Amino acid sequence: MKLWEMTAKEILAHVLARDVSSDQVLDSFLDRISEAEPQLNAFIDVLEPSARLCASRVDKKLEKGENPGLLAGLPVAIKDNICVKGAPCTCASKMLENWIAPYDATCVSKLVEQGAIIIGKTNLDEFAMGSSTETSAFGITKNPWDTERVPGGSSGGSAAAVSSGMAPIALGTDTGGSIRQPASFTGVCGLKPTYGLVSRYGVTAFASSLDAVGPIGETVWDCALVLDAISGFDDMDPTSSARPGRSYRANLDKEVKGLKVGIAQEFLEGVEPDVLECFESKVACLEDLGIEVQVLTLPSLSYAIDIYYIIASAEASSNLARFDGVRFGRRAEAETLDELYGLSRGTGFGEEVIRRIMIGTYALSAGNKEKYYVRAAKARTMLIEDFKKSFGKVDLIISPATPYVAFKVGEKIEDSLAMYTGDLITVPVNLAGLCALSMPIGFSHAHGKMLPCGLQIIGKPYDEHTVLRLGYALEQAMGDEIRSKRVTMRQSLKPVREVELVD
Amino acid sequence: MTEVLDDTYEMMVGLEVHVELATQTKMFCRCSSRFGDPPNTNICPICMGLPGTLPQANMEAVRLAVRAALALNCSLNLTSRFDRKHYFYPDLPKGYQISQFYIPLAQAGYIEIDNPRKKIRINRVHIEEDAGKSIHAGDEITTASYSLLDFNRSGVPLIEIVSEPDIASPDEARQYLEKLQRTLAFSAVSDVKMEEGSMRVDCNISVRPKGAEAKGTPCEMKNLSSFRAVTRALAYEFERQKEILAHGGKIQRQTRHWDEVQEVTKLLRLKQTSDDYRYFPDPDLPPLQLSQDFVDEVRRSMPRLPEEIIAYYTEDLGLPRYDAEVLTLDPAISAFFEECVSLGGEPKTVSNWIMVELLGYMRNKGLSYDSIPVSPQYFVSMLDLIKEGVISGKIGKDVLITMIETGKEPKIIVEERGLQQISDEESLSRIVDEIISNNQSVVEEIKAGKEKALGFLVGQVMKVTKGKANPGKVNELLRQKLSE
Repeated sequence: MKLWEMTAKEILAHVLARDVSSDQVLDSFLDRISEAEPQLNAFIDVLEPSARLCASRVDKKLEKGENPGLLAGLPVAIKDNICVKGAPCTCASKMLENWIAPYDATCVSKLVEQGAIIIGKTNLDEFAMGSSTETSAFGITKNPWDTERVPGGSSGGSAAAVSSGMAPIALGTDTGGSIRQPASFTGVCGLKPTYGLVSRYGVTAFASSLDAVGPIGETVWDCALVLDAISGFDDMDPTSSARPGRSYRANLDKEVKGLKVGIAQEFLEGVEPDVLECFESKVACLEDLGIEVQVLTLPSLSYAIDIYYIIASAEASSNLARFDGVRFGRRAEAETLDELYGLSRGTGFGEEVIRRIMIGTYALSAGNKEKYYVRAAKARTMLIEDFKKSFGKVDLIISPATPYVAFKVGEKIEDSLAMYTGDLITVPVNLAGLCALSMPIGFSHAHGKMLPCGLQIIGKPYDEHTVLRLGYALEQAMGDEIRSKRVTMRQSLKPVREVELVD
Repeated sequence: MTEVLDDTYEMMVGLEVHVELATQTKMFCRCSSRFGDPPNTNICPICMGLPGTLPQANMEAVRLAVRAALALNCSLNLTSRFDRKHYFYPDLPKGYQISQFYIPLAQAGYIEIDNPRKKIRINRVHIEEDAGKSIHAGDEITTASYSLLDFNRSGVPLIEIVSEPDIASPDEARQYLEKLQRTLAFSAVSDVKMEEGSMRVDCNISVRPKGAEAKGTPCEMKNLSSFRAVTRALAYEFERQKEILAHGGKIQRQTRHWDEVQEVTKLLRLKQTSDDYRYFPDPDLPPLQLSQDFVDEVRRSMPRLPEEIIAYYTEDLGLPRYDAEVLTLDPAISAFFEECVSLGGEPKTVSNWIMVELLGYMRNKGLSYDSIPVSPQYFVSMLDLIKEGVISGKIGKDVLITMIETGKEPKIIVEERGLQQISDEESLSRIVDEIISNNQSVVEEIKAGKEKALGFLVGQVMKVTKGKANPGKVNELLRQKLSE
């Protein structure tokens, strides 16, 4: 098995045993990137020189017998809306095409402190607004399982990179499902941590009250490892929680028997039959593990999409006001100040971003604010209450991670509303500040190709360890079906031969 | 403009005063908030609004804001909130200003003015961040060929103090502002310097027929640069609006600009509806929670305010109220005064010398109150030299100036320049004899009963001794010799 084919856990074992150097690990992944990237477009930038420096630093530590950190020598792909000092941070927008971040996000500096190697910046929907990575200004990312399909979004680049073996682990951001949905579409694990568990400092804000940074990995253990590194209080983020961190890996193999799991009826409405079938087969599997499954109802879920698109857009319209062409980013040639603003923003932002800014500005305007923003904020507290009530009865709530498997490029992009309603299963978790894991549980064969289906496990705030524990138990129970299919899929991603010109 | 009689209309004025808090660092980052540094040297990713940055509230600024609110008799909201106020302007890095709109830090305070004695109610005191500074090449942004931006001020902590429209004349506005400035200076919340922009005043003025129920339509004047500008601009606006009303016109809701040179207000822009700042709670900042203990601690550590100090000066030190008022114009002055008294200076003497000589000198030289050019030690030892009869009061004034200009100790100045008072009878008697013999005609007049002419002879003696003769002694000797 090549290094790039291994999970983070396996690579780490080799590095710590000093069978391989972190430089060799990096080489393997850079080779894999040159092989698969041309077909997928998962990266906006590959940071080879700085990654090499980091890898040799880790190797030196290992040579000297110093503690190399939790993630010694592990390449990590970072979504390109997270600042890495000295690297471009484009947010997949023309607006920030040439902007170099002058500082590290807290989650990035924590990873680097733990010996991780930042291998590159991954593609996303522009400013993380979208569910397919089709709104990127730098091209669409393709799904490794079927390159005619989208990888999901907005963290589509990170998910595709992990799925295809271009990085063992990656960071994504999740405002309404942007880690979980692409993880599900590409058959990997993705965790949206509780709001406040991971610092948002250095993450370009989309919707400040909903944004969360989290890991994407091949396995639950790999996600737990990253979470161990990036979670914890940060005084640069006043919304980060002061709760002491804990070891998420250490809790993974604790007993799951007796856990109470709920299925919310509302989450199953509109789920396509192939996905539902896969989900139900795994419910049976949970019962075999001694887990008590019960059906719940959360009536306020029917408002979730409306609440989400008002609050997220309102906050986005405010957060994106700083992109005005004056101090950084795109600056249009203009005669007057108003023209400078209008042209810089009008040509710097893509259609979807402009649509959200318009919706958000409208929702906050005098005369509309009470009708939209204020009502949405009130309804949000109802939703939180509904979840609180449910979590009085069950430990976890499960659902399919998405209502359908990965769709074709171009299939939904013209229909914003269809794209938005696809988020119904994921947005309530952000609105209520909960944590949730998305993990692969099987495949749909309903679309001609084998496409992954995902399970979402939702937990109470700061109950990541229970969420991960159930995920881990299920992963163990399922055996290596997912992995062996992934290996086959990866093999098929061969470089496209350039047509040789013969005269 | 024709004068419309004052007693037919009345003005209602409300003031919005922005005050920079005297913290070392900015409101939401740890950059220095110092004034006057080279442009764009005190900046960081946070106060430049770079993508991904988040604000962290400065608790020292909160402490000063609470102190200000208490000094202005406000009631505090133990839970207040930060909100975003949106507008586009090049010196506003984030496209919004973090302010407190829905729940301010404090509400319902007042300032009492003396003439007429009344309370001007304060609606609210809230915390916000300052914007950067634009310097336009030209008069204004619309016509400038280019504009320069300095972000040193971006994020400096401010409080905004909003009064109710209780102010009924330009003079009341001046009294309110002076009282406010003094209170904030003494509570060490801010250095409240209008010339450096650490205190800025916006006025809202409406005019209505006297006794009318309905309020008039308000006009706003922003960023007036001095108290004088406030009173002049209000007086001008009162006349302008009265004239419109007297001719049956309607006041338009406007923002107007005070032109200092022409002494007129000019239309800046019409306010059709109130500006839409799309306020909403800042999701990056949790509510600001203050414990009662914190507030009590701020109250306990409150520096003495002018009223308390005036009472001490008049009741305990026996100064006239006028003196006490002058000495509490500024905390630096009252601190100087108290230091002198603690060094043994007699209060009324110290007060006289400060009010007349020291402040007079500072006014002439254009020195601000916080740069008193002499130490209390030297000041008191100079007064001691007068008290001990070593120098006369007149010489004392010269010594004071020399002290200020050379930084030398008063005793040394007196010695070096031979300014000791001539008090010994022998040498004075000789000089007095000489003056008497040289001015026989004046002596005759005095003997004939023209007592006042004695002063001339005293003056002659002082002239010959270059002011060093002890004037009491000279008087005494002259009377003695002339009655012989």
